[in-house]
Amino acid sequence: MDYQYRVVAAPTVTPETQAYWDAANAGKLLLKFCTACNQYHHYPRALCPHCFSDQTEWREAKGMGTIYTYSISRRAAPPFTMAYVALEEGVTMMTNLVDCDFDALKVGQKVRVVFKPSEGGPALPMFTPV
Amino acid sequence: MSIKGKAFIAGIYEHPTRKAPDKTVAQLHAECARGALEDAGLSKNDIDGYFCAGDAPGLGPLSMVDYMGLKVKHVDSTDVGGSSYLIHVSHAAQAIAAGKCKVALVTLAGRPRSEGSSGTTPRNWGANAPDVPFEFPYTPTTVNMYGMVAMRHMHQYGTTAEQLAWVKVAASHHAQHNPHAMLRDVVTVEDVINSQMISDPLHKLDCCVVSDGGGAVIVTTPEIARSLKKPPVRILGAGESPKGQLGGKVDLTWSGAAVSGPLAFTEAGVTPQDIKYASIYDSFTITVIMQLEDLGFCKKGEGGKFVADGNLISGIGKLPFNTDGGGLCNNHPANRGGITKIIEAVRQLRGEAHPAVQVKNCDIALAQGTGGSLGTRHGSATLIMERA
Repeated sequence: MDYQYRVVAAPTVTPETQAYWDAANAGKLLLKFCTACNQYHHYPRALCPHCFSDQTEWREAKGMGTIYTYSISRRAAPPFTMAYVALEEGVTMMTNLVDCDFDALKVGQKVRVVFKPSEGGPALPMFTPV
Repeated sequence: MSIKGKAFIAGIYEHPTRKAPDKTVAQLHAECARGALEDAGLSKNDIDGYFCAGDAPGLGPLSMVDYMGLKVKHVDSTDVGGSSYLIHVSHAAQAIAAGKCKVALVTLAGRPRSEGSSGTTPRNWGANAPDVPFEFPYTPTTVNMYGMVAMRHMHQYGTTAEQLAWVKVAASHHAQHNPHAMLRDVVTVEDVINSQMISDPLHKLDCCVVSDGGGAVIVTTPEIARSLKKPPVRILGAGESPKGQLGGKVDLTWSGAAVSGPLAFTEAGVTPQDIKYASIYDSFTITVIMQLEDLGFCKKGEGGKFVADGNLISGIGKLPFNTDGGGLCNNHPANRGGITKIIEAVRQLRGEAHPAVQVKNCDIALAQGTGGSLGTRHGSATLIMERA
């Protein structure tokens, strides 16, 4: 079962996450990094969920990771694949797997980020096998 | 302060309807409340505490207390999804132990079947939910979230589709004896793995039913419970634990039951080996395997092997579970199965389960709930009860 192009719902952009979506529109994946405890987190927050410091800053991710898990929603029109991707930076994010044969996917497979449009909103980071 | 022995369950009621297009949600709540009062031998005026969750319409306890004409001095609307009602029983026991109320009513009701709800519809918790912009556009549904949990479990522990199927097979063996169950046909492992693939690796028969209906539970003091006609059921211990994505350190291999379970067992002073019957939340077959492992009925990763070969079937296996047919076959009212988990455990402790599935000498039972989604964030609740 191959990926079919689909335009997903637009995310709500908030002041807390504006930079993330601006970067996505420019083809970059940003992560929040806390300079107090030296850890990334995701989804991005103003306050670090690990240590509760407000010393969080945006850092560009390499956009590389592995499939932690996935599930193919076969009955949807068009079908799509939900996934969690474990990024090289050490955080795992919810996403879709695209531009591939869904039936050939495997947990642990290497993937890289691509950006796909949303309906009237910013682009969304998704992942495709390397 | 421990709740052990401080409160009893004195009344239960499971609404017999599974499709109620001609009833309102408030009406279903009230009918469940009346049923539980009749079961207990109490009247509406005896209720002085009321507990409900997000399925209650309007402003929760304010709307329902007013609708039912209750006069209460204690309310609690803790909402962690489908496990809320197990937490309500625990909170009711705490309130009773603290003298805040003496007769607490817990209700659940809803009409997802009449309203066309489905586990393949994306769920949106609203623009202010901080996770929604980073999840909803990717189209998370109830079933693809649990599909990801099952996929990871299979990858990490070698769990098989056949092992998942055994959970449904056991539930169907029980449901054949329940005249109210939505699905009463006994199914085989082959039936499950040959049913339509919904969201890999979960097949149609790995998923629970969507049903209208509801239930109610009455929690009261030891003195009042002992004065009533029904066999009293003592609350021994409870635990609750929310779990989410851990700031991006996502780990779908364990659930909040790994925390709520030990809390409940410690308070109760019992171990998994003491449990004669277990109600285990069964939104999907994988949900049961995860919780059995986390509660300590088997080692982490060995849940698939544990449930195989009929080990959950009453009279056959080591751990009889969900003898009403559970959410997989009987009932999942309001898309929240927590209250039916309590109700069947109480039936077992009272000796009121169907004779074909009644566990012999059932003196200690456990009810376990998971609300929200194991794939994102969920609330686990564990409740241990004893025949008094």
